[in-house]
Amino acid sequence: MSTPNASGWRPEMNAGGADDSTTFTGNRALMLEEPLIFEIGSTETTGVDFDEAAPALDLGTLARSAPIGLPGLSESETVRHYTRLSRQNYAIDLGLFPLGSCTMKHNPRLNEKVARMPGFADIHPLQPQETVQGALAVINELANWLIKLTGMHGVAMTPKAGAHGELCGILCIKAALEARGEDRRVLLVPESAHGTNPATAAFAGFSVEDIPATPEGRVDLEALKARLGPDVAGVMITNPNTCGLFERDMKAISDAVHAAGGYVYCDGANFNAIVGKVRPGDLGVDAMHINLHKTFSTPHGGGGPGSGPVVLSEALAPYGPIPYAARYADGSFKLVEEESAGAEHPDTFGRMTAFHGQMGMFTRALTYMLSHGADGLKQVAEDAVLNANYILRSLDDVLEAPFGGSGPCMHEALFTDNGLAEGFSTLDIAKGIIDEGYHPMTVYFPLVVHGAMLIEPTETESKAVLDQFIGALRSVALRAKNGDPALKSAPHFAPRARLDETRAARNPVLAWSEPAVAPGEPSLSEIGGS
Amino acid sequence: MRYLPLTADDRSAMLGVIGAASIDDLFVDVPAAARLDGPIADLPGQASELAVERHMGALARRNRAAGDGPFFLGAGAYRHHVPASVDHLIQRGEFLTAYTPYQPEIAQGTLQMLFEFQSQVARLLGTDVANASMYDGSTACWEAVVMARRITKRAKALFSTGVHPHYRSVARTMAKYTGDVLVEGDPELVPTTDWAELAAAVDKDVSCVVVQYPDILGRIDDMAALASACQASGALLIAVVTEPVALGLIKSPGEMGADIVVGEGQSIGVGLQFGGPYVGLFACKAKYVRQMPGRLCGETVDANGKRGFVLTLSTREQHIRREKATSNICTNSGLCALAFSIHMTLLGEAGLRQLAAINHGRAKTAAAELAKVPGVSVLNSAFFNEFTLLLPTAARPVVHQLAERDILGGVSLGRLYPENAGLENGLVVAVTETCTAEDIAAFAAALKEVLA
Repeated sequence: MSTPNASGWRPEMNAGGADDSTTFTGNRALMLEEPLIFEIGSTETTGVDFDEAAPALDLGTLARSAPIGLPGLSESETVRHYTRLSRQNYAIDLGLFPLGSCTMKHNPRLNEKVARMPGFADIHPLQPQETVQGALAVINELANWLIKLTGMHGVAMTPKAGAHGELCGILCIKAALEARGEDRRVLLVPESAHGTNPATAAFAGFSVEDIPATPEGRVDLEALKARLGPDVAGVMITNPNTCGLFERDMKAISDAVHAAGGYVYCDGANFNAIVGKVRPGDLGVDAMHINLHKTFSTPHGGGGPGSGPVVLSEALAPYGPIPYAARYADGSFKLVEEESAGAEHPDTFGRMTAFHGQMGMFTRALTYMLSHGADGLKQVAEDAVLNANYILRSLDDVLEAPFGGSGPCMHEALFTDNGLAEGFSTLDIAKGIIDEGYHPMTVYFPLVVHGAMLIEPTETESKAVLDQFIGALRSVALRAKNGDPALKSAPHFAPRARLDETRAARNPVLAWSEPAVAPGEPSLSEIGGS
Repeated sequence: MRYLPLTADDRSAMLGVIGAASIDDLFVDVPAAARLDGPIADLPGQASELAVERHMGALARRNRAAGDGPFFLGAGAYRHHVPASVDHLIQRGEFLTAYTPYQPEIAQGTLQMLFEFQSQVARLLGTDVANASMYDGSTACWEAVVMARRITKRAKALFSTGVHPHYRSVARTMAKYTGDVLVEGDPELVPTTDWAELAAAVDKDVSCVVVQYPDILGRIDDMAALASACQASGALLIAVVTEPVALGLIKSPGEMGADIVVGEGQSIGVGLQFGGPYVGLFACKAKYVRQMPGRLCGETVDANGKRGFVLTLSTREQHIRREKATSNICTNSGLCALAFSIHMTLLGEAGLRQLAAINHGRAKTAAAELAKVPGVSVLNSAFFNEFTLLLPTAARPVVHQLAERDILGGVSLGRLYPENAGLENGLVVAVTETCTAEDIAAFAAALKEVLA
């Protein structure tokens, strides 16, 4: 494999921009440029030593003879490569990460320590069950916490993330309808829902219809009632919703849906606002996923892994997936899987994943729950809501808060970009706040207001941090209102300026290829238009 | 509470700014009847780090860790040595505590890593492109079937009997509700795969043929003829790889003509973790990239002309396309993808080939030793690091008897196929570089004793 420049330095690195701070290396002190492993590694280098030579092989024609093209680095080079890359990331460990609906809270390190105990990290999912009683106890104990915190009847532990949990809940609804001999094809989903909701409904074969909203950002109960009927399987509602508001009519919505023979799915992405304060089971919810990587502090890892257990009502619990960990009278635990489902869980819709779910997330989440306790979790919701309202009321004089007049928000504050100077939008504010040392808020979501900015501070931020953020966002918002041209090209101080996303999508370069093949040209130009 | 920085004074000052008299005023939209008065009963109160660690440590000790003695389990999850630097690097807070890289200017670390991961996976699996990961192998497998339906506009999928039973089970669950037609069944205890029969069964109604390589019984075979048969009928060949270390030694599915290659990446960098989180690999030919599920990272330039990376082709995805998306997946398995990528970088091609060869050599040694036990034979004609033993009796009780002797001696087909008595004498044994000669000898001796 070719290595254009084994030193890692490439001449074009310092060619960018008419910036008088350009250096020979392209580096700027602690801001270090890092080439790709394919540009600094070689197929002959390895960072792993073995105790024995490779034995002789006799695999015949199946033997892999052609080069694979996988670069290797020594351990020292590897540590440096990934450490340098890591420093080009913003993270909750560095500062406020106010992405609305993402609940970027502090990730306690005790969670990490516990998950790495050999008794949890180094056990195989198919070990004889008598050798993994502690692991099954963790799953069962976590399930018990989730049931009690939500006031629900049962919980499906295997879904791998939030969207997988949505699928689990929707399949439960489908199975329940099938058991009733009914073929209802429509799920009602508000426009303000996360994109995963309609995608999940469609993935499971439902057609999706919108639920109208009231002018103050909530589900229009009367319009919903008017649409309910024998073709409606149920509703998917986020509560608190993505405008940061509690659905005051939730119980009435549930009652109406039930009366019409449907089921209520609740997107639990925003459970952090109400954990320990309100139980979804008391609001008539039939199924709700819980993102352990949001409310219960398991790290998001730059895009996962997550974990999405689904709490279920008495009506839906019989249809939940296998396997699950059951506790028996003698104190022992057993997995109810294919073999025993017929006797113990006969109406299950089946299996959603290999093995038993995200164990590594279960140990972290249970550690977090035990640390907080029921009293601490209640305080979590209260502080999360307090922090969000503090931001809402500290900025609603400079940014439009579309629903600010209707009362307090829950755990996230919503603003729009109405009132900025001509040509300035939410994107400019987001990029400007990067230069101030913050990750931007969620932008352009929910879709129901213009240029949405959804700010979720979480409970793990101090007042001092919030005060500085409020000052920074006020400053950037005022620049956008006054039409400061420098904001249009922000960020100025990040590892990269604004990136050309159109180019990336038009000529996708999705894998590295040797420059000798096509210098500077897209490597996958054969990718067609559809 | 140690994770909550607000003080009582902060709280009352903030309520003052908000104009609320108490915290309860902020929950005014919650109907009074639904508001809880105090902490939920039956749950404990907050606890110190020491107390929690003690509780969780006690639970951890009730499990027999794989590293505590002889260990030979595989069947979709493999124990390999993971270099210490992998776990150190994935715990860098900038990786661990970052979100999905929606703001590329301050997420180049994650994005470049994903670009490298995609490139490594595509090369390993022998395809043009790979995505930024799925949940795991089993869900990636079902997504591949759905993708084949979209591309071929046909709904009949033929599954090889050698596909992991959990993967088949996931597909069965989903197909029940999506209208896909699956043709599938349990394997037979024969030395070779059913791929020739599948090649004969492909017709114009078939969207895809799904094979596993190496398969659930550890068998390996050439899929070139099957790929040709699929191509002739306009069906796609989907290959599932649950032990990617094998591809350091044997031809990749892409090389042999597979259209979509999915896999479980756990065995490189991730560790066993009782089944999750793992990392789904998803790769395909370039012409199908716009039908792929999941995140894709692509190369571009910034406003100053510097190379950079972004999430791209997102018009396939749920946050843009909503009910018309190619999949509902959002969060994937980013940190496990990072672990995979770091481990693969440490190995490099030379290291991967050597690791694979050592695995194969150890497995051959173990197969030979275990076949010496009276009444025991090896089913496979060819294998990588996993093979199926035929015992003279049902394997499931034997596994428990071995466990009593502190030997974790494989996965019985009785556990994997509880309703198929015809398979009950089969025992799937995986042998990696972590199994020593002493482990193999102890396993053989214990097996002999149990079967005596």
